[in-house]
Amino acid sequence: MADKIRVLLAKPGLDGHDRGIKVIAAAFRDAGFEVIYTGLRQTPEQIVTAAIQEDVDAVGVSILSGAHMILFPAILELLKKEGGEDILLFGGGIISKEDMVDLKKAGVAKLYTPGATTTEIVDWLKSAVKDKKSDEKIL
Amino acid sequence: MFDKAFLEKLAEYKKKWEDEAKEIPQNSRSRFMTISSDDVEILYGPESVDMSNYMDKIGFPGEFPYTRGVHKTMYRSKMWTMRQFSGMGSPKQTNERYHYLLKQGTNGLSVAFDLPTLMGYDSDSDRSLGEVGKCGVAVDTLADMETIFDGIDTSKISTSMTINAPASILLAMYIALSEKKGVPSNKLTGTLQNDILKEYIAQKEWIYPPEPSIRLITDMMQFCSDHVPGWNTISISGYHIREAGATAAQELAFTLADGFQYVESAIAAGQDVDVFAKRLSFFFNAHQDFFEEIAKYRAARRIWAKRMRYKYNAKKERSWLLRFHTQTAGCSLTAQQPENNLMRTAFQALSGVLGGTQSLHTNSMDETLALPSEKAVLLALRTQQIIMQETGVTNTIDPLAGSYFVEHMTDKIEAAAEAYFDEIERRGGVLQCIEEGYFQRELAKSAYRYQKEIENGERIIVGVNEYVMEEDIDIPVLRIDETVADNQVASLNKIKETRDNDKTKRTLEELTECAKGNGNTMKAILDCVRVYATEGEIVDAMRPVFGEYTEPPMF
Repeated sequence: MADKIRVLLAKPGLDGHDRGIKVIAAAFRDAGFEVIYTGLRQTPEQIVTAAIQEDVDAVGVSILSGAHMILFPAILELLKKEGGEDILLFGGGIISKEDMVDLKKAGVAKLYTPGATTTEIVDWLKSAVKDKKSDEKIL
Repeated sequence: MFDKAFLEKLAEYKKKWEDEAKEIPQNSRSRFMTISSDDVEILYGPESVDMSNYMDKIGFPGEFPYTRGVHKTMYRSKMWTMRQFSGMGSPKQTNERYHYLLKQGTNGLSVAFDLPTLMGYDSDSDRSLGEVGKCGVAVDTLADMETIFDGIDTSKISTSMTINAPASILLAMYIALSEKKGVPSNKLTGTLQNDILKEYIAQKEWIYPPEPSIRLITDMMQFCSDHVPGWNTISISGYHIREAGATAAQELAFTLADGFQYVESAIAAGQDVDVFAKRLSFFFNAHQDFFEEIAKYRAARRIWAKRMRYKYNAKKERSWLLRFHTQTAGCSLTAQQPENNLMRTAFQALSGVLGGTQSLHTNSMDETLALPSEKAVLLALRTQQIIMQETGVTNTIDPLAGSYFVEHMTDKIEAAAEAYFDEIERRGGVLQCIEEGYFQRELAKSAYRYQKEIENGERIIVGVNEYVMEEDIDIPVLRIDETVADNQVASLNKIKETRDNDKTKRTLEELTECAKGNGNTMKAILDCVRVYATEGEIVDAMRPVFGEYTEPPMF
């Protein structure tokens, strides 16, 4: 199936709380996505390199340590620099409304906080990737 | 306990009762199950439990196999320690919080370190960017620990340090700062988490691969047997395994399996089980399923006592005792309607007490979203004090013993743990299971099943998928302002300028040599700490010898 959604999941920063991202990985896999999970403590450089090599539609990152205001912008910047600006960046963490506004402005496609369900995340990614692809066709 | 004829008659009667009960409409839940997805029957009775060997299975508190508790008089003689985990921002702020908690009646301190400290990076490392002082206090050198314990008599309190991969270094700092206050190491009491095996399984804060990590631990066990006899060297932890998604049986089994691994490693290093075993303690989760948790604690004591006595040939009673700390389940707390977390925590704490815990941390209602506020921390402490002083549950020991349900569950969870021990052995032991990702996969499966049960409505979480209210979940802006990091780096630089750098370099080289050979690493680390070597320098001194750990791939 050529249209299978390809998604890279990663955990940047130092925290090791990977329960959430593994649940998401399992839910994506059950939804028929191709999931690449890079594991823990990836630097923004490692994440972006993997995303471009694997030619993914989206990158999802989970940050529970509070370092999101540093790590999301770093990944975005590298994606732009390395020619991956069409890759959707989304993520989860304990992120305040103010930070969320700033991060969305900077170009993060979607952010989830505790309590989000796998169903809503799966549905969002499906439609976001579809929108992105139809945009590309128009262009 | 009951004669055969009676049990036969009872079985007949129960059948009749069940047929009648089936006629009564019951609520529409598709399954009646524990939080571990274990099915629960409508009624338990004498037929559910084999009590024919009462003394071997249940017996008396303070007597083998300690199902009813590790002490003869339990809470009548000694209440559990109310130990609230905290640590935040700068060493100075942490010191202030400790003085506050001590004034409120807490009797044990507990240190939370920030991620760079937990991972063995100094505050000025590239890897520490954005993380200094965020999830706990930053410690780079002995000077920081001196600030944290300023004005606190370390001979009068017990201190628990939640640190694993670099645990030797932090214990060395605690010993060194106490020496400077005139408190000798044999007067110190406290606990290190120091459980690296559960890091590979669940919490993922490792530095070196399993084998050298185990050596660091057995070296420390030897050192403490000789010099710090009042220190609990490892707090073998199920807490994180549970938080990562384990069922109650998995938490119990994987934790005890880790414990047996430490025992086997120390015995293999030539240590006497009856010297080190008394300093091993445990740390369990108190999750939301009340009876299942109580059964888990009771089964844990019984399994540990039997193995220590019969498999590892420990002769002293003290070596057979499973003493444990409990923390209520952080993963059970919800961001929605956060005040509900007060009630969750209270029930969980009660299960820990009814399960015979030796110390207890109650979570604060607001910590799903940020470090807890002072008011929430106080309410959490008050929850324990209300259980202790008002509910009456401490008057009598193990009050749920003899409950058909609780005894049945205790036997059942013990059997489930035994089945896991067999599986772990079949796969080549704990280290092999870590290597191949067995534990990690089991946890991921359980976590996913649990999440699906919530999403498909099989499991109700109040405020999450039922009794939902329109609410504005307000995540406070976490601004442990970067001045904490800046100040930390500045004081680190100052230490590096003012210490005797030649001496530091020499002791670090001696540590590298010690790591290469068979010397006791704990001794060499203590020498480094005394001359203000940084945590990162000490970790780096051993890194070329020990290597670094990488996790097996999961997906």
